[in-house]
Amino acid sequence: MAALQENSLNNNAVGREFLTFTLGSEEYGIDILRVQEIRGYDAVTPIANTPAFIKGVINLRGTIVPIVDLRIKFNLGKIEYDQFTVVIILNIGARVVGVVVDGVSDVLTLNADQIKEAPPLSSTLDTSYILGLGTLAERMLILVDIEKLMGSQEMALTDAQAE
Amino acid sequence: MSFDLSQFYQVFFEETAEHLATMESLLLALDVSNPSMDDLNAIFRAAHSIKGGSGTFGFNDMIAVTHILETLLDKLRKQEMQLTDEMVNAFLEAGDVIGMQLAAHRGDGEVDEDAIKSVCATLEALSSAKSVASPPAPPPVSQPVADEGFGFFDDLPASAASEDAGYGFFDAEPKTESVPSDPGYGFFDDLPTSSSEAAPAQTAPDQGYGFFEDAPGNAGYGFFENAPGVVAEVENKQGYGFFRETPAQRSERENKQGYGVYEEYERPNGTASAAAATAADAHVGRRETDVPGVENVRAGKRATDKVVVSPQAESSIRVSVEKVDQLMNLMGELVITQAMLAQAASQVDGLVHERLEQGMRQLERNTRDLQEAVMSIRMLPISFVFSRFPRVVRDLAGKLSKQVELKTLGEGTELDKGLIEKIADPLTHLIRNSLDHGIEIPEKRLAAGKPAKGTITLNAFHQGSSIVLEVSDDGAGLNRSRILNKAKERGLPVSDDMPDSEVWMLIFEAGFSTAEVVTDVSGRGVGMDVVKRNIGELGGRIELDSSEGHGTRTTIRLPLTLAILDGLSLSIGGEVYIAPLNSIIESLQVTEADLKTVGRDGRLLRVRGEYLPLLPLHEVFNVKPKAEALDQGIVVIVETAGKKTALFVDELLGQQQVVIKSLESNFRRVQGISGATIMGDGRVALILDLAELGTRVAQHQV
Repeated sequence: MAALQENSLNNNAVGREFLTFTLGSEEYGIDILRVQEIRGYDAVTPIANTPAFIKGVINLRGTIVPIVDLRIKFNLGKIEYDQFTVVIILNIGARVVGVVVDGVSDVLTLNADQIKEAPPLSSTLDTSYILGLGTLAERMLILVDIEKLMGSQEMALTDAQAE
Repeated sequence: MSFDLSQFYQVFFEETAEHLATMESLLLALDVSNPSMDDLNAIFRAAHSIKGGSGTFGFNDMIAVTHILETLLDKLRKQEMQLTDEMVNAFLEAGDVIGMQLAAHRGDGEVDEDAIKSVCATLEALSSAKSVASPPAPPPVSQPVADEGFGFFDDLPASAASEDAGYGFFDAEPKTESVPSDPGYGFFDDLPTSSSEAAPAQTAPDQGYGFFEDAPGNAGYGFFENAPGVVAEVENKQGYGFFRETPAQRSERENKQGYGVYEEYERPNGTASAAAATAADAHVGRRETDVPGVENVRAGKRATDKVVVSPQAESSIRVSVEKVDQLMNLMGELVITQAMLAQAASQVDGLVHERLEQGMRQLERNTRDLQEAVMSIRMLPISFVFSRFPRVVRDLAGKLSKQVELKTLGEGTELDKGLIEKIADPLTHLIRNSLDHGIEIPEKRLAAGKPAKGTITLNAFHQGSSIVLEVSDDGAGLNRSRILNKAKERGLPVSDDMPDSEVWMLIFEAGFSTAEVVTDVSGRGVGMDVVKRNIGELGGRIELDSSEGHGTRTTIRLPLTLAILDGLSLSIGGEVYIAPLNSIIESLQVTEADLKTVGRDGRLLRVRGEYLPLLPLHEVFNVKPKAEALDQGIVVIVETAGKKTALFVDELLGQQQVVIKSLESNFRRVQGISGATIMGDGRVALILDLAELGTRVAQHQV
């Protein structure tokens, strides 16, 4: 698996662009190509009997889009919703999903040599969802395979996994 | 023709599918003992059109089959042979084979070569063996005329040359065909009296018919003959190999490919040539048939009177479903926007308000009209589905040696195209079931004092905002004790004093079958559960009614459309939910005194002497309600699958049309929720799945 991931990273020798965001004190990066837009948090309709991190669904210009709060999922940061709360709308395959994060920082280009393989560790975020660790001066970016994470069983976002 | 034909493939596929369907329905309606000439001609034309189109596009396998089919049909048409049941069966099979070939060309499905061979062999055997023996057989001398007339004569140099000269390019050489000495045109009647002409006649029809088989003519007509108006007109005539220009407005390019009409009836030669002079721009060339006595005189004619093609031919257009869907989506957005505006406008006051309100009212009306118009685009009559069943019934009845008549009612009932496509399979299944398990074999029926021929009735009608489809039979009915025994065997929770309706619902359990023998028709116990699930997915309900010895009736209720719903908005703990209005019976306020308990979890509400299970929705959705006590909120009585349930909610907000949005497209199915919608304020509201909530109560899963 690690080899595969490395391979997919090295494919693009000129580097890949990542959107970075913060959850608590940690910095995360996701593939910019998965990001549709960034918007504020409002008017979420809760859905009964779903895990706490699934906040509910919103109306995104006529489409019903589920909203996941990654802060709750990873147990990071302060869980509050105000006008500064940011939702990143992602395109995962044919699906559209929104994730709540603490804040969006910037877009960074990382070359393959800046991305290190993540050591096995036990945390709320399973290592298999981590593409690697990006290093940028003193900063460490946790590069998340957001597609895999959102499609995973524990996110309970899709039918096949929910059953 | 050097341009790329592949752009017309789709048109050809659709046309051919339509021709096949026409052929099949005509065949099924055919009275074998006394077939109507019009029908036989129409069947022949359908087969012929398929052949023509196949030729144009170079689908030689299809030509081969249709050709044999056509040969036999032509003999029937000319009453050289008597129609038999075997023939009808063979024709139907041939239709299937062509359908299969068509599917293969389309890129889905495999061609079963053996099936093709066997069908071809059957058809050939039928057309060659029976023709001599059949009662109205013409004298042997005319036999070769008929046979050869339909062969492929491409390799006869004479015929090939003359075809080119006279047909296919009328515009280029309009005179050619009116020259009386023109060889090889015209139809030679093979009347017994004219046996002396047999020898010359033998080659002449070759050329005449050969034309139809051959490239120059074929190039064009495959997709010209498609206009409905043309077909209608064609039916009035006896002529069959009939190339008719589609509406006159069609392009010049098409005209060049020309058409010829062969007709068998008599017409004075004089008028024919006169007409030829006046009809310079005629689109139909017609060849007159000669009277037996004057077989060597041929007349060519431009049939001016036949050029008038009904303008209705162009009154419909093919539009891709995606475009319609897109329109529907935009329409949905418009409805939402309109609701949003209406809400904003209601907060404006003062003088401006009046004018604004007037405008809003008009907008609302227009939106509603537009919505209806857009919806109607997607509506198709149910006959699109019903039309396939006569065949199903016929084939199955034959296989099971039962006598069954299929009656269809309400074919004109319209429903959403999406529903039409999805309802076909469940209905087929129900009909197969009725045939296999419902209708008894003739002996049994007679013994039971019923007519030997069973009846299956398909009925469709509108009821409120739903469409009801009924499949009923006058067969044996469901056997209550057998179902119960089977259920016990399978360990299902049943008791002997269950109401009938619940017993019947058992047959929808997966793997449930009471059939004594597993046939290839049904009895494996897969099916009814699938039917129920399919119907459920369409937002519909299925009910069974049965009386032993008298038959069974299955009723399917479907929403008229999948896209828009009349809903009642309810509030529970600050959240808005939508309940489909068609399931709501009433809403009322009750007091704690009306609440009775049964055991620990069973809560019943007494409403007008009835005890209904009570389901507080805030418990289902885990929200903190505003109304804790019964008398603070309101109870909504809903009925699903014949069962009533009392839902307890905080308050009713109002009634509105909502556009159904899928939760599943970006999320997943949520229990108790059938979808979502967007309210006037832009927020999302969830739509309740009342049927599921109802079953939850029944199973005490709350």
